[in-house]
Amino acid sequence: MAIWVTFKLACLTAGVLLVIGLPIAYWLTFSKWRWKFIVESVVALPLVLPPTVLGFYILVAIGPHSPVGRFYTDVVGHPLPFTFEGLLLASILYSLPFAVQPFAVAFEQVDRRLIEASWTLGVSKPKTFFRLIVPLSTAGLITGAVLSFAHTLGEFGVVLMVGGNIEGETRTVSIDIYDEVQALNYAGAAKTALLLLAVSYGVLLLVYAMNRKVLAVWPQK
Amino acid sequence: MAAEMTIDMTKTFSGRASIQARLRYEVEASTVLILFGPSGSGKTTVLRSVAGLEWPEDGKIQFLSRTWLDTRSGIRVSPQDRLIGYMPQDYALFPTYSVAGNIGYGLGALASHERYSRIAEMVELFQLQGLEASKPRELSGGQQQRVALARAVAPRPLLLLLDEPLSALDAPTRLQLRGELRILLKQLAVPSIIVTHDWAEALTLGDMMAVMSEGVVHQVGKPHEVFSRPANADVARIVGVETVVQGQVVENTNGLATVTVNGTRLKGFSSDVVGAAVYVCIRAEDVVVEQEGSGITSARNHLMGRVRGMTPQGVTVQVTIDCGFPLTATITRGAVEDLCLAPGASVIAAIKAGAVHLVPRSG
Repeated sequence: MAIWVTFKLACLTAGVLLVIGLPIAYWLTFSKWRWKFIVESVVALPLVLPPTVLGFYILVAIGPHSPVGRFYTDVVGHPLPFTFEGLLLASILYSLPFAVQPFAVAFEQVDRRLIEASWTLGVSKPKTFFRLIVPLSTAGLITGAVLSFAHTLGEFGVVLMVGGNIEGETRTVSIDIYDEVQALNYAGAAKTALLLLAVSYGVLLLVYAMNRKVLAVWPQK
Repeated sequence: MAAEMTIDMTKTFSGRASIQARLRYEVEASTVLILFGPSGSGKTTVLRSVAGLEWPEDGKIQFLSRTWLDTRSGIRVSPQDRLIGYMPQDYALFPTYSVAGNIGYGLGALASHERYSRIAEMVELFQLQGLEASKPRELSGGQQQRVALARAVAPRPLLLLLDEPLSALDAPTRLQLRGELRILLKQLAVPSIIVTHDWAEALTLGDMMAVMSEGVVHQVGKPHEVFSRPANADVARIVGVETVVQGQVVENTNGLATVTVNGTRLKGFSSDVVGAAVYVCIRAEDVVVEQEGSGITSARNHLMGRVRGMTPQGVTVQVTIDCGFPLTATITRGAVEDLCLAPGASVIAAIKAGAVHLVPRSG
């Protein structure tokens, strides 16, 4: 059950980040606004913050005493914390830099002259993005999606703070392992831990092989 | 309103000279303007401003009745809306698209059957048959250049902008494509602006020519006039070819051609066929001035003439000799004294065949 929750959470996080990470990365790459480093730093915050700190703020922000929390309760009918949706929101924020940074690096590597050539051919900026920049950034987009997937697989602190430990709803593999150890069931913990290790290692193998061009996603120029 | 192109722009850069380019010329169906100047003279920036890829801080760019930029009234037309064809120096072909995909890239507004027929038309015009499915990295330099040009031309632009179109090619290909490009531009009947620092390209391709250095346009005129009558010393230094006259090939033996200019015969290296019209280009420093009756030398051209004028330029003197056409020679002050040169004196101008540059002239 915990495996299913974890897998669903990781897939949805990676999927949502692919959608909202692309415009953020595009803006970070191509904006000439001089204060954009402020946004860059905010996006990178989850890299350095302890998960408990991030989890604490998210919990406060979506709790029943915050306007966001009250609004959500009014619309949906139940509060956001300690639900799968709350957990998903926390995961998205927690993994944001793992998606946005590889996207932005990939966009930066696209030759500006190609983009300009596209504009002079009458193709608008959004169409240039989808027809030219995205196909040229495939490796970076896959890296970002895979990293945010893998990062979500292993998260613990944020899950515990925002999701709690509700079986079938918010209990993920990492929490399951913690529970098994607490109950002195080392054999059960070892089995789940090995599974998580194997999946994480496999995913990283894929990303590094792609970046080293061992597995070419797109033929090189 | 006259069919004109007006460029009047100021763009400043930190750390290098600002650009203050002002130029206006009449545009006909296939007028080719050459933006000529050494590297760093600002010609590419002017071209990119016309394309809408650079934004001058101040100024106006007007093409026929369209205003593309007017900083005073806040008009800034995006590159997408200028209906131009732009070919950057290294072509910038889209690596993920095939040849056909590159050519069809800017044809999104056409219905699909029209798009396919336009691509087929371009493939034929630019002799790219059989390469439609190839990726840019599989093409030779010359083929890449043709694809880039086809891609720029396919949407039927109002104005074609080419940045050093031939500079990325090896010398023999460049020579061959220079002539082809001229014919093609006339055939397409699209006005164009071409950036180059190669004077032979300027003479072959251009109808009009603007000479730039350090961000300023010094002279605008017909290419051979600019070469033979530079407006000032700066232009003369930039173009570097003092004598440009029209001639005709009357004989060609294994690449050693004989041309006549106003009845005077000259020998130079050329692959042009007998009867071809050429520009005869001679740099003043390649001309040796001799007294009449001197011995035989290895130079293939010995032209009898009279000194028409002498202009001192520091340690040298620029001597104009009338030998059927005005020929300019640069010699030292010491040589002037030794030869007792004065206006009206009879002299012989010796020029090696290799120093007589023959540039095909057409259209």
